[in-house]
Amino acid sequence: MAIITRRTFMQAAGAAATLPVLGNKAFAAEKIKIGFIFLGPVGDYGWTWAHNKGREQVEKELGDKVETVYVENVQEDASAIPVIRDLAQQGCKLIFTTSYGYMDQTVAVAKEFPNVKFEHCTGFKRADNVATYNSKFHEGRAVLGTIAGKMSKTGTLGYLGSYKVPEVVLGVNSFALAAQKQNPNAKVKLVLIDSWFDPPKEAAATETLINLGCDIVTTHTDSPGPLQILEQKKLYGFGQGADMSRFAPSAHLTAIEDIWGPYYVERVKMILDGSWKSSDTWDGMKEGTVVISPYNKVIPDDVKKMADDIQKGYKDGSYDIFKGPIYDQAGTLKVKEGETMKLADLAVIDWFVKGVESAA
Amino acid sequence: MSTEFIIAAIVTIVGLTTPILLAALGELVVEKAGVLNLGVEGMMLMGAICGFGATVSTFNPWIGILGAAAGGALSSMLFAVLVLELNSNQVATGLALTIFGTGLSSLMGLSYVGFIAPVFGSIFPASLASDPYLKVIFGYSPIVYFALAMVPIVAWFLKSTRAGMILRAVGENDLSAHSIGYSVKGVRYAAIAFGGAMAGIGGAYFSMVITPMWAEKMTAGRGWIALALVVFAGWRAGRLLVGAYFFGILMALELYAKAAGFSFLPSQFWAAMPYLMTVVALSVISMRDRSGGNAPACLGKPFLPST
Amino acid sequence: MRIKLEKRPEPSTLMAFATPIASVLLTMAIGVVVFDALGIKGEKAVIDIFLTPLLSSYKWQDVAVKAAPLIIIALGLSIGNRAQVWNIGAEGQYVIGALAAAGVGIAAGGAGGGLIITLMILAGILGGTFWAMFPAFLKTRLNVNEILTSLMLTYVALQVLGYLVGGPWKDPNGRNFPATAPLQPDQTLPILFPGTTVHLGVAIAVVLPFVFWLIMSRSVFGFQIRVVGSAPDAARHGGFDAKQTIWLSLLIGGGMAGLAGALEFAGSLKAINLGFPSGYGFTAIIVSFLGRLNPIGCLIAGIVLAVTYVGGQVAQTTVHIPNSTAGIFQAMMLFFILASDILIRYRVRFVGSPKAAPIPAAGE
Repeated sequence: MAIITRRTFMQAAGAAATLPVLGNKAFAAEKIKIGFIFLGPVGDYGWTWAHNKGREQVEKELGDKVETVYVENVQEDASAIPVIRDLAQQGCKLIFTTSYGYMDQTVAVAKEFPNVKFEHCTGFKRADNVATYNSKFHEGRAVLGTIAGKMSKTGTLGYLGSYKVPEVVLGVNSFALAAQKQNPNAKVKLVLIDSWFDPPKEAAATETLINLGCDIVTTHTDSPGPLQILEQKKLYGFGQGADMSRFAPSAHLTAIEDIWGPYYVERVKMILDGSWKSSDTWDGMKEGTVVISPYNKVIPDDVKKMADDIQKGYKDGSYDIFKGPIYDQAGTLKVKEGETMKLADLAVIDWFVKGVESAA
Repeated sequence: MSTEFIIAAIVTIVGLTTPILLAALGELVVEKAGVLNLGVEGMMLMGAICGFGATVSTFNPWIGILGAAAGGALSSMLFAVLVLELNSNQVATGLALTIFGTGLSSLMGLSYVGFIAPVFGSIFPASLASDPYLKVIFGYSPIVYFALAMVPIVAWFLKSTRAGMILRAVGENDLSAHSIGYSVKGVRYAAIAFGGAMAGIGGAYFSMVITPMWAEKMTAGRGWIALALVVFAGWRAGRLLVGAYFFGILMALELYAKAAGFSFLPSQFWAAMPYLMTVVALSVISMRDRSGGNAPACLGKPFLPST
Repeated sequence: MRIKLEKRPEPSTLMAFATPIASVLLTMAIGVVVFDALGIKGEKAVIDIFLTPLLSSYKWQDVAVKAAPLIIIALGLSIGNRAQVWNIGAEGQYVIGALAAAGVGIAAGGAGGGLIITLMILAGILGGTFWAMFPAFLKTRLNVNEILTSLMLTYVALQVLGYLVGGPWKDPNGRNFPATAPLQPDQTLPILFPGTTVHLGVAIAVVLPFVFWLIMSRSVFGFQIRVVGSAPDAARHGGFDAKQTIWLSLLIGGGMAGLAGALEFAGSLKAINLGFPSGYGFTAIIVSFLGRLNPIGCLIAGIVLAVTYVGGQVAQTTVHIPNSTAGIFQAMMLFFILASDILIRYRVRFVGSPKAAPIPAAGE
C-alpha cells in the first residue's frame, strides 16, 4: 500500500517525526503498477470516492502482485495529457481514466504508449490498447423510481441533476418511467445545476423542488447536501454513488452504489495473465457494478418486495424499464409497444419521457 | 402563489444570500480601509473547515462559529503581514491567499470527510421555528440574524463612530492619516482581521448550516461573488444588503425557472441571469449617479510613508 | 532592535533576480523539513515538485504547453494592471476567444490549412476583445467598476459555452455529450517538434513577450500606459486620455486572453467541452504580478507557475502527496516571492543591532 490514507496522513501530521516513515516502503519484489486518474478529490464522497474504493479493492485483493498509483483533481483539459503520460512513463501497465472528459486525452496518450493498456470510463472512443467501461446506473434509478412512486404522497418527484448528458437523461427517464408504473400521474421535476459538485446550490435546488411540491427528491450530483436538506424537512431522498445514510439517517431511503472494484480487479488480473483485450463494457446490477444500499426501515414491506423484484429482474435479465410504449415530453411515441430500447440508443439518449418537467 | 410558497422561497433566498452577505460585509470594511483582499474565497474555505472541525470536536456550534471566525481571521493575517509589512502587491497576494486557503482547508479536511454535525439551526422553540408562517421570521440559524444585524452595525460604525472615521480616513488618504498620528497599519490589520473573521463565518454557514458536513472547495466560488457585491454596493453597507438579496433572489430564480420547466428560454439564460442582471443593475445605478460609488481612494495601493 | 526600511534610489537589479530565486530555494528548504515531518520523503517530494519538470527533458513539453496560455494572458493583463485597470475577467475572455475560434472551425466545415487556422486565431483575438469591450464601455461611459463587470461576465461566458456546446454546436457524432466536434488534423496548430505536444502557441508565447517589451519600452503607447498608471494627474496634464487608456488596456487584455483561448483550443484540446475553462485566466493575474508587470517577467513567471503545477502532479504519483499539499506549496512560494519584492525597492537596516540578521520572510 503505497498511498497514504487520509487517516495515516493526519496522524503523521500530528505526531510529526515520532512516526516511522509512511508511504515509502521499499518494494522487495517488482510489482506491476496500475494507475488511476481521478476527477475530484478522493474525499468527495461521490464519484471519485467510489472509484477510489475500487482502487482500494485492487490493492486489497492483488496487493502482493500490483501497486496502485493515483492522481486526484485532474482537470478535464489539455493538462490531463501530461498526467496520464506520467503514469505511463512511470511504468504503469494499466491506467484507468475515470471521467468522461479525459476521453480524447486518453486516446492521445495511448497512441504514444502502445504497450500500456488504458481504460476510459463512460467514453466511447476505443483503440487496441484503449478499452471503455461504464455502468448502467439507470437500472438503479428504476428501483428508486419504484420506491418513490409508491411512497410519494403528492405524486410530484424531484430530480436534481448535473448536466444534460446521456447518463443523466437515462437516469431521469428510468426514474420517471418506474415511478409512473406505480402512479400513472407521477410527475418528475428536473433541475440541472451545471455542476457535479456545488453543495450550496444543490441544497438550494433541493429546497426549490420541495417548495414546488416534491416530497421525494433524488440526486444525480455528487454531494450528500441534498439529503441533509431532506432530513431537515423530514422528507425522503436517495444517496448517489455511495450509501449516504450516515448523512441523513431518516431521509435516506436507499442509494445507488457505484461498485467499480470487481471490474477493476478483473481487468488487472487480465493484465497479470496477459489476456487483456480492448473492449466496451457496460455492466449493471447483474455484474454487481450497480448495487442498491440497504433499505430504510420506513419503506413498507410490499414496496421493498417490489424493489427487490426489479433488482432480481435485472439480474436474471427479465426486467427492462425501457420497454415500450414510451412517449417523450411532447407526447410523441418514441418506443412502440412490445419494443425495447437498444443499448446503443440508450447510450446517446437526449430526450426526456412524458411527465418530466424541465427547462429547455 | 400561496403564502406558504412565498415563505418557503424566502427561506431559500435567505440561505443563498447569508454567506455572501457576511463575506461581503467583511470585505467592505477591508476595502474601506484601503486594502483590496481578493482572498475571500480562501478565507471562506478556512472558516468552513475550522467551523466544522470545532463543531464536531466540541459538539458546540457556538464554539464552531468562534473557530470559523478565528480560522478566517488567522488566514487573513498571512495576507496582512505581507501587504502591510512588506508592501507586497495586494491583488497577487490576495489570489495567493485563495490558493493557500483552498489547499490548507482541503488538507485539514481530509480527516473530516464523512463526518456530520448537527445543523446549527434556529434557536427559537419549534412552535415558532417550524411554523409554516412564522418560520419566515424565526426559522433561521443565529448566523442569519447576526449577518442582518451586522449591516446596520457596520454602517453605523463606518459613519458615526470615531474609529470608523479613522478607518475611512486611512482608506481615503493614508499619508495624511499617518501624518496626523493615526496608525495606518494598525487600522488595516484590524480591518483585515475583521474581514477574515466575517468571511470565515460566511464559509461556516455552508459547513454548519446549509449542509453540515465538510467537502473540499464546498464554497464553490461564492467568495468571488462577495467581492463583486462590494463594488456593486458602492462601498455602502445598506446597499450591500440590497445587492446581496438582489443576487440571492436571482440565484433562486434560476432554480425556480428550471424546476418549474420554463422552456421558452435556454436554461443557460436563467443561470447567467444573476451575473448579467448585476451588471445591468449597476449600470443603471451608475447612469444616475456618475460617481462610480465611493471607492476608497487608496484602495489596493501600498502605504509608503516617507519616514 | 528595530527593522528599518530604506528606499533605494534605484530598484535593485540584483535583488530583482536574486529574491525570486531565494524564495524558491527557501520554499524548497521548508518543503524538505515539512514533508519529512509529515512522513513523506521530503527531498524527493521537493525535487519532484520544483526540479523534475525542469531537469527531465520529457517534462519540458508539459511545462511549455501549460505555461503558454498563462504567459499570453498575463502579457495582456500586465498592460491593464500597469494602468490600474483591473480586469479579473480574463477567464471569460479566454473562453469566448476559444468559442470564436471554434465557430470559425465549424463554419469552415471540413476545410483546413493555414488560412483557416489563421482565421481561427484572429477570431479568438476578436472574441476576447469583444468580451472585454463591455467592461471598457461601461467603465468609460458610465463609470461602472471593471472588477465587477469583468468578473460577472466570466460567469456569463461559461453559460454561453454551456449553451453552444450543449446545443447548436454539439458534435453530431459525439453521443450527445456536450462538446464540439474535434478539429480535423489540418485545422489544428502545427506541432513544433514532432512527437511532442509543443504546438505553435508555445512559440507565440515565447515571441510575444519580446514584442510587448519593445512596445512598452519604445513606444508612446507604452509610455502612456506607464504614466497613466503611476501618475494619473500628470497623465492628464500631458494630454493622455484616461478613457483611451482604459479602452486600450481592457481590449488588449481581452484580445490576449482570447488569443490564448484560441491557441489552447486549436493547439491542445482540439474540441471544447464543459471542462475547457480551467482557471488560466485567474492564475494569469498572479503571473502578471509575479512577473512584475514586465513582459519578460511574465515569461519567466509563467514558466515558474507551470513548473509547480506540473511538478505537483509528478509528486502526486511519485511520493503520493495529496493534490492540496501541492497547492499549499505553490501558495507558499508565491508568498515568499511577493514578500521579498520589497528588497528590490528597499534596503533593510537593522537599527540598534550591529549584527546582520537574516532576511525577514513572511511566515504563517
